[in-house]
Amino acid sequence: MKLLTLNFLTCAIKTCKSSPSSFPLHPRDAELEIVEADLNLKFLENILPRLMWDELRVVVDELGLPTLPPTIPTRADLVAPSSPTSSSSSSDPAPSQTARDLHRILIETCVREGKLVCGNCGHEYAVKEGVANFLLPAHLV
Amino acid sequence: MPEYLVRLAQVHESFRKAELFALGELAGVTLEIVEYHENSPFCIVRLPSDAAAAKVISRSILSLGIHELWGRGPSYEALHESVKINTSHLWAKYKDVSFKFTVDCFQGTRTTAEQRDIIESFSYLAFEGPIRMKDPEVSFQVFEHYDEKAPHPKYFYLGRFIAESGRHAKSTYDLKKRHYISTTSMDAELALLTANIALAAPGKIFFDPFMGTGGFPLAAAHFGAYVCGSDIDGRSIRGTGGSSRKGQVGKRDVAGNFKQYGLEGHYLGAFVSDLTNTPLRLPAPSNNGIRHGYLDGIICDPPYGVREGLKVLGAREELGDIERSNHQARHKDPTYIPPKRPYSFMALLDDILAFAAITLVEGGRLSMWMPTANDEDVELIIPTNPFLELVSVCVQPFNRWSRRLLTYRRLPDSEAPADAVTRVRKEYEKGVRADELNAFRRKFFEGFKEADKLRAGDYAPEETPKKIG
Repeated sequence: MKLLTLNFLTCAIKTCKSSPSSFPLHPRDAELEIVEADLNLKFLENILPRLMWDELRVVVDELGLPTLPPTIPTRADLVAPSSPTSSSSSSDPAPSQTARDLHRILIETCVREGKLVCGNCGHEYAVKEGVANFLLPAHLV
Repeated sequence: MPEYLVRLAQVHESFRKAELFALGELAGVTLEIVEYHENSPFCIVRLPSDAAAAKVISRSILSLGIHELWGRGPSYEALHESVKINTSHLWAKYKDVSFKFTVDCFQGTRTTAEQRDIIESFSYLAFEGPIRMKDPEVSFQVFEHYDEKAPHPKYFYLGRFIAESGRHAKSTYDLKKRHYISTTSMDAELALLTANIALAAPGKIFFDPFMGTGGFPLAAAHFGAYVCGSDIDGRSIRGTGGSSRKGQVGKRDVAGNFKQYGLEGHYLGAFVSDLTNTPLRLPAPSNNGIRHGYLDGIICDPPYGVREGLKVLGAREELGDIERSNHQARHKDPTYIPPKRPYSFMALLDDILAFAAITLVEGGRLSMWMPTANDEDVELIIPTNPFLELVSVCVQPFNRWSRRLLTYRRLPDSEAPADAVTRVRKEYEKGVRADELNAFRRKFFEGFKEADKLRAGDYAPEETPKKIG
C-alpha cells in the first residue's frame, strides 16, 4: 500500500470519524518497501490540493523518513525552472527536486507489514502483504 | 464542423453513444451525433478536426476506427455523386501520395474480383501515387451495409481513414490470459468500457469498493488513472482463497495482475473493508460549506447477492452483553473472524451513492452495475442522490434478467437542491435472511416468476417502502 493511500484512510469506527485524532492512522512496527514507478507530474499536480499535508508530515516523521517542508508545495514548485534553451511550450516540463521527493514518498514508498493505529480509540488495524485489514469486530460495528 | 464516419462494433449497442460522448468530454471537444442507429455499425458524427477525431476514437472500445466522411448514398451512383459534390476540392491533395483502397462489407461478402471492380469505379479520383497495402500515406475505405442475409447492400459510404480505435485492449486484458481471476470477474471489454464511460484518464484517482480480483481498477489504470480498491473479502485481494481457474496452483493476487500488465506503478493499493464501515476519509463540508472530495471516479460491480453474498459487517441478531464481551475479549486473536450479516441490495446501492457524493470531486463520476429482472418497471428503481446527476443508463440484456451500467456525475454543491443535506433516509427491507433482503436474489432463484403473491404479502416493493414504526 502506497503512502499516498494512507493519506485517505482514517479509523473505520463510525464514532471515531468525527474526532480529529482518528486521522491520520499511526503506523506501528511498519516494514517499508520501495517500489520504483515512473514519475507522473500531472498526477502529482492533480493530487496536491487533495492532500492533508500536516497529517502526511506526521506519518512521514513517525516512519523515520526525511522530514517534509512545513508548508505544502505549490504546483509551480513541482516544475523545474526551465533552462533558457528549451522552449517552455513544446516539451513537457521537467519535474523539480520537490516533485521527485514527493513522488518517492507518496508513490514509491509502500507499507508492507505492520499496524495502523487510531489515535482516538487505539484500535489496531493489521497490514499484511501490503493489504490493510479494516474489518471491525462485532462489538464495534 | 466536418463530418466523420465512426465504424462501430455491432456489440453492446446501448453503450456506444454513452462511450462516444464520454470520449468527447475526455478529449475536450464538441462531439455531435448526426446519424446513429442501434442496428447499424455506421455512425456519423461532427467533430472540429482530424486531430480531435483521432483523440476521441483512439481509446474507444466499441468502435473500430474513424474516417473522414467523403460520401454516402443508397446506391453506388448516389455514393459517387455525393463523393464528387463533397470532395472534388480535396482530390488534388492526395494526387501524388501513396495510397490504398479497401472494401468493408458489414453482414456481407465480396469476392476479390468484385472488390477490384468496386475500387476501380472510384478511378475518377485520379490518384497517381503508388498503391501501397502496407503503411500508405492515405487510406480509403468503401463501406457496404447489408441487411442480415440480404444478397445486396442497402447503403454505401466512402471514408478517408483517420485513426484506429483502442479496441485491441480488449484482447490484451482478456480474462482467459489474466493470471488471476474469480468467478465474478467482469469481462475485459465491459470493464474497459466502464472505465471509459467513467472518464478514467492520466493523473486521476479511481476507486473500486468491491474490487474482487481487481478487474475495474486494472481497466482504469490502463487508461492512465491511479487506482485503489477494497473488498470485504481479503482473500480475493491477497489471493489466498484459491484460484477459480481449473488446475491453477501457486500464489496469485491482485498485485500480480498489475505486474502482468506493467501497471504496478499505478496501483495505489488495496485494503479489506466494508463500504458501510469504510476507513476512507469522509470529508465534512468546511466552513464555507464546500466539501472537498478526493476521488475522480468510482467504478464497481456491487455484489448482487446471488453468486457473491451481499454482506456487511455485524452480527445477524443484536448482540447480548455476554456475546459482546466475548467479541471484545477475542477480537485480537489472529483466528478471530468478524461476523457478517446479509444486507439489503437497495440499501447498498443508496450507500454507494451517498459514499460517492461525499468522496467524489466536482464533476467526478460514479459508474456502477446493477441487475434487474426484466419484468420489473425499469425506470422507477434507478437509485438517486441529490448530489449526483444521472449521465447515462446502458443495458446489457440477458435471457431472464439484464444488468445495467448506471453512470452519475457529482454536481457542484451550488447546483444540488437546497434541501439535499436534510433529505430523510429511506426505509429498506428488514430481515435477517438474504432472501428477505434482496428482491433480485429472490427473483433470480424463483426463476423470475411473477412475484405477485409475495408482493401481496409481507414484501413491499422498493418504490413504495413500508413505513416502519
